[in-house]
Amino acid sequence: MANLKTVEKKTKAQSMGMHTETLTGKTQQKFFNPDEAENFFYWGTYDVDFNKRTDLDVKDLDCMQANKKIDELMSEGYGTIVIKNPQGKHSLGVGILNKLNLIFEGSLGYFGVGSIDGPIVRINGRVGWSCAENMMAGKVVIEKNAGSCFGAAIRGGDLICKGSVGARTGIDQKGGTIIIGGDAGAFTGFMMQRGRIVILGDVGINLGDSMYDGTIYVGGKIGSFGSDAVESPMTKDDIDWLNRKLKVAEIGDNFDVSKMTKVVAGKKLWNYDALEPTEKKGAI
Amino acid sequence: MCGIAGLIHRGKSSNVGEELQNMLQALKHRGPDSTGYALYADNDGQNFILRFKVGENVGEGSTSVNEDESVYNERKKIVDKKLSELGALVVKEQKLTPYSYRYEIKYDKDLMEFSKAIESIQSVEILSIGKSLELIKDLGDATAVSERYGLNKVQGTHGIGHARMATESGVDIKSAHPFWGYPFADVSVVHNGQLTNYWNNRRVLENKGMRFMSECDSELIAVFLAEKMRNGATLEEGMKESLTGLDGVFTYFVATKDSLGMAKDTMAAKPLVLYESDNLVAMGSEEIAIRSILPQEIDTYDPFDGEVKVWQT
Repeated sequence: MANLKTVEKKTKAQSMGMHTETLTGKTQQKFFNPDEAENFFYWGTYDVDFNKRTDLDVKDLDCMQANKKIDELMSEGYGTIVIKNPQGKHSLGVGILNKLNLIFEGSLGYFGVGSIDGPIVRINGRVGWSCAENMMAGKVVIEKNAGSCFGAAIRGGDLICKGSVGARTGIDQKGGTIIIGGDAGAFTGFMMQRGRIVILGDVGINLGDSMYDGTIYVGGKIGSFGSDAVESPMTKDDIDWLNRKLKVAEIGDNFDVSKMTKVVAGKKLWNYDALEPTEKKGAI
Repeated sequence: MCGIAGLIHRGKSSNVGEELQNMLQALKHRGPDSTGYALYADNDGQNFILRFKVGENVGEGSTSVNEDESVYNERKKIVDKKLSELGALVVKEQKLTPYSYRYEIKYDKDLMEFSKAIESIQSVEILSIGKSLELIKDLGDATAVSERYGLNKVQGTHGIGHARMATESGVDIKSAHPFWGYPFADVSVVHNGQLTNYWNNRRVLENKGMRFMSECDSELIAVFLAEKMRNGATLEEGMKESLTGLDGVFTYFVATKDSLGMAKDTMAAKPLVLYESDNLVAMGSEEIAIRSILPQEIDTYDPFDGEVKVWQT
């Protein structure tokens, strides 16, 4: 494994296909660690104990009632909550800005665990469209399949689906890592801006269409490349990072990552100046 | 937005009326304007089931109007006269609402000529013809329509349904789904999405003698498939051709007397969740539709872009 401390960050990022990102190794979650930020106040967070565990049956609750109950349990210090009978309901577990072990014993509908920042989530079923949309930090593991727009616009954290996912996975992704154990549909990585997507299986047409930046790794066949998505050579940094990530994600045992196809932005579609407006102003 | 649902039991019959009602009611938030069912019932197969309407039930944005019941009754008399002229024998007739009827008829000639003759009567539309197809659609949610037409006791093998949010056309029965695959007996279609080459296709198909009853873009799918089948294509072949022949975003279901199919456009822009086992296939726009009949933990998945699947009873 490459020694992260001895590699210049920008060089390493570019080695892994990024054009603009510098790897900091610092997650959003760490940024929001109250111990590090004095006078920091994050509304809706609680001091929870992971060893304090409870079950919550949501069979007869609607999503608002269920989410409110999760919030109440966190306020009582429960750090591990097991949700029973989710039965495909929409918008369960959304907006959790807290460290928490959240386990769903069943499947979720649309917008499951959206806009979360910090919890570790395990879903022992399937998820519908837009799972973990706008996720900031934390880890989400789905044991079965996922619908379309999986991880739309995520900014951080690890989002792992052990099955297959629908179309537009990682659309507008701005950071973080998405790992798919099975296949992915069309327009995977559509307009992604940063972050990484790893697909061990096949992927559909228009992969990485109009991507600005970020890196996509594909283990199987690619339906077609999208506009401005180009293949790039795998580097040792890629291989080291992939092996480490897959191990942490508990997925793809003995998978030969060196044979994966790496896809990055060709930059041909970039139609904006290299400098952001504020930087340009400073230069003037 | 609209919600669609479908199910097929393989090797047995079930209370598909109630099952589809539950699935569509779970999707009510996707389409509160009207609800439609195409149920493939355990009829004896001896006679054609003719479902037709002689007027409209009208909601917001419709170009149609509600009329007095006496007008409907007069039209019904003209339909009866026309049936007699066509040589169709009415075995049983039921008045379901002031504007809609279910007939059992004996008829052994060309269905296209039959349909043209019946629909030449002002404001009369055939909702469906088939040996097992019972196509019902009206304003209101799934429960309201089911109660109005007594659907929750219909035994059969399969069915498709639609909860409609009116976007392309008004709130009325003629624009509601499912659409009958005129002039083929026992063919029906439901659709979620928008078709952007509707008018081009419509002009071409009308020139080939096909008929459109509404301005709803979804009707195009039924007519498109019917025209392909009329020229010898199988249902599955027609569905595969629709992936390139129809432009826009769509997920649609099509059903025949003994099969159920789904197709998803190449953009995969419209949702579909699918459950498949040896005995049952159930699918809907959202998983909660499937959960309404299968509350236990099950494995489901989203079909990919450009997928076509067909199952037999």
